[in-house]
Amino acid sequence: MIDFELSAGTKMTKKLIHSFVESSFRPLSREFDEEEHKDPADLIHSIHELMKGGGMTGMGSMAGGGDEKEGKKENKPKKPKEQNLMGVILAEELFWGDAGLALAMPGPGLGGAAVQATGTPEQKERIMKRFSGDVPAYGAMAITEPGCGSDTSAVSTTAALDKKTNEWILNGEKIFVSMGKRATVIYDGFVVVWATVDRKAGRAGIKPFIVEKGTPGMKVTKLEHKMGIRASDTAAMVFEDCRIPYNNILGSVEVASDKEKTEGFKGVMKTFDATRPFVAAMAIGVARAAYDMVREILDKEGVRIRYGAPIDQLTVLERDVLDMEASLKAARLLLWRAAGMLDKGERNNLEASMAKAKAGMVGTKVTQKAVEILGPLGYSRKILVEKFMRDAKINDIFEGTGQIQLLVIARNILGYTRKELK
Amino acid sequence: MISFEPDDEQKMLKDTLENFSTNVVRKAAHDCEEKGEVPADLVKKGWELGLIMSNIPETCGGAGMKRSAVTGAIAVEALTWGDLSIAMNILSPSLVAYPILESGTEEQKQKYLPQFCSENFKPATVALVEPRMFFDASQLSTKALREGDEYILNGDKCLVPLAEKAELFLVFAATTPGIGLAGVDGFIIAKDDVYGLEIKEKEKNMGLKALETFEVSFSDCHIPIASKLGGDEKGGTFTRFLNRSRVALAAAATGMGRAALEYSLNYAKERVAFGEPIASRQAIAFMLAEMAIEVDAMRLLAWEAAWKIDRGEDCGKEAYLAKKYAQDMVLMIADRSVQILGGHGYIREHPVEMYLRNARGFTTFEGLLMV
Ligand SMILES: Cc1cc2nc3c(=O)[nH]c(=O)nc-3n(C[C@H](O)[C@H](O)[C@H](O)COP(=O)(O)OP(=O)(O)OC[C@H]3O[C@@H](n4cnc5c(N)ncnc54)[C@H](O)[C@@H]3O)c2cc1C
Ligand SMILES: Cc1cc2nc3c(=O)[nH]c(=O)nc-3n(C[C@H](O)[C@H](O)[C@H](O)COP(=O)(O)OP(=O)(O)OC[C@H]3O[C@@H](n4cnc5c(N)ncnc54)[C@H](O)[C@@H]3O)c2cc1C
Repeated sequence: MIDFELSAGTKMTKKLIHSFVESSFRPLSREFDEEEHKDPADLIHSIHELMKGGGMTGMGSMAGGGDEKEGKKENKPKKPKEQNLMGVILAEELFWGDAGLALAMPGPGLGGAAVQATGTPEQKERIMKRFSGDVPAYGAMAITEPGCGSDTSAVSTTAALDKKTNEWILNGEKIFVSMGKRATVIYDGFVVVWATVDRKAGRAGIKPFIVEKGTPGMKVTKLEHKMGIRASDTAAMVFEDCRIPYNNILGSVEVASDKEKTEGFKGVMKTFDATRPFVAAMAIGVARAAYDMVREILDKEGVRIRYGAPIDQLTVLERDVLDMEASLKAARLLLWRAAGMLDKGERNNLEASMAKAKAGMVGTKVTQKAVEILGPLGYSRKILVEKFMRDAKINDIFEGTGQIQLLVIARNILGYTRKELK
Repeated sequence: MISFEPDDEQKMLKDTLENFSTNVVRKAAHDCEEKGEVPADLVKKGWELGLIMSNIPETCGGAGMKRSAVTGAIAVEALTWGDLSIAMNILSPSLVAYPILESGTEEQKQKYLPQFCSENFKPATVALVEPRMFFDASQLSTKALREGDEYILNGDKCLVPLAEKAELFLVFAATTPGIGLAGVDGFIIAKDDVYGLEIKEKEKNMGLKALETFEVSFSDCHIPIASKLGGDEKGGTFTRFLNRSRVALAAAATGMGRAALEYSLNYAKERVAFGEPIASRQAIAFMLAEMAIEVDAMRLLAWEAAWKIDRGEDCGKEAYLAKKYAQDMVLMIADRSVQILGGHGYIREHPVEMYLRNARGFTTFEGLLMV
């Protein structure tokens, strides 16, 4: 059935989150943008308390992602599951509030998504437990290295098994680890580190490992200074003879049994299928924040946007605003489709990339247009629109750049392998 | 609950119509375009699919199936995926039948709808667009002013499809000039029953060549008040007409855009340059990827507006945005499909240059299709 109606529960939660971020994020936005690396500790603690008490349903699931086929079986009547859909809708609201602060909030995050996508039921249970502990916890994820970004198959961090102690020994350098410091230094948490167990095995040898806070040999060496999302810490980390227990390798250990050659690497891709819709939601949230602010100011200035007017009679301003609105809607619907498929357990590799590519582009364009429309006011740090533009840009970069999304889409629709379309 | 998956009936309809598009419409499309008309037997075959009749209530001779704008959008996409002009020919009766179905008085339904249930295709048409720059549907210069028991209709129209063959016309004119959409009404006119209706020369347009369109003028046509669409209802009938037509046009842009995407995608996999299929170059592959995103985006926007229509909600904004978005994107897509074929795209043997000419028209098209 074709239906565009949100369930009552989702609508209510969306409203709740909206007023929450409006009153608790927005007043802090400027401060934590200007004072980079300052920690919004009060906010983090109060969110953690809320989440623990189940007060913000959905927010916990927000970055959870993944299908939960092996999840708890309860005897309740089966409700239609829309965990991911709800997740992206709430993510849009959170990021409408403030992208930097939203990223800085505790929760499973990207690391949690990787656990959901690749972990065994036992691992999920064990690892996800810590998010309801006393200390706010974060799940970070480290793929990117100085020498590899888009090409995630070029990971050079190594994981070697010490057969005597039955431990993995990690060695290597990771950069751009979102929440790396909050997860391993300031608060509680873990990092999912992607490392190769067998260089010769190529993609097949790349595996995700859980490294928990406090593990000797793991160090944060630097925090980046960024254009936007400044409340979110972006850490460089080194792993030097970092020893972790054997069963902290997520999923299967088999490397190169012929049948599942790229099993390990598939985990990265499966993680992305789950997280890309969330990044799309972030992009849409930030862009809508800018769009809403433009509309509000235009209203105050008495500028009306005429819906229904012939195209050749629209003012340039009207055209811009209508384009912003329509492309935001388009991106959102593509996103809802991708998230909905995830809920149904359908393969959404193509649709997730479509949503991410579109939302990344739209987020960038809409926020840049918003600054333009508002002129000197838009360019001024007096209002948040310029910040929204700086925040928005990252969504077209992380979790796969816009170009990487187009590659994924093109390969899908052309039926091409990565060899046939490089 | 959010779901973008058509139900089984909609899927069946889509399959049936896409088969028809592949096996009948596409085979004839090139000839129709070159000759500037669609053969009667082809239109008849399309008519026999029973699309319009199925929506008409049993009391008026139809099959009385539940109407749905979403289903309508799916149908329009499937046929325009075959060919835009041929789809417009086949669906032309809906331009009059659907507005009557939606807004007509009981008397109008009984009087006109049965003729859409016969086995024979009878084209019908809408006269809405006017031949001038800055045409604005809410500021029509065609006027219908009340005099006693009649309206006196005066004005010029253009882009009136199939005017020569059509028997029934739905003419939109300002009854209360100067108040915008609310002051516009539709009039159902049987061509042979009025004096003063003149069908002028067949138009020569950039695209839509297989859809014959005409300029039509009305001078002092006397129209009985009973012919006013919706009887005493003020205003709403035209807004509803526009919304449904905008959704239909957005769906049509989706259908044609998808055809352009598929054609150029298949071509790009076959065409070898510099020792490789051109599709294996990012310059081509990325264009295709963006086209694919926008085809889906257009469709979802059209569906959302259609879904609002089905729920009886005001969808003016959504329908307008869906059409606006679609007309921008279909042009981008069609242009790229020509580009991907290179010099061959410029040659009329391939349909892509026609897609581009047709795509350019969407900003001008208003009221040429209905859901
Ligand atoms: C603030 C921030 C937070 C981040 N958080 C994390 C995190 O938590 N965990 C993590 O692992 N990483 C994280 N990243 C890293 C991020 O995912 C990478 O920056 C991103 O994937 C791009 O990689 P790169 O920077 O090395 O760019 P490159 O891969 O060097 O790309 C440079 C340019 O080349 C293009 N390009 C590359 N390959 C191709 C190709 N085959 N075809 C066409 N174009 C191509 C790219 O699109 C881009 O435009 C973060 C980055 C930032 C800035
Ligand atoms: C009206 C007309 C008049 C013409 N007159 C003449 C004439 O007088 N003399 C003459 O010799 N020719 C003439 N041509 C041919 C014209 O120059 C070619 O059509 C043109 O060079 C493109 O070649 P193609 O059509 O084979 O396209 P292709 O080479 O097949 O290209 C198809 C598409 O792939 C793209 N593409 C190809 N290679 C790559 C690549 N490596 N990377 C990225 N993209 C790529 C192209 O940009 C194009 O979008 C004429 C063509 C037309 C339509």
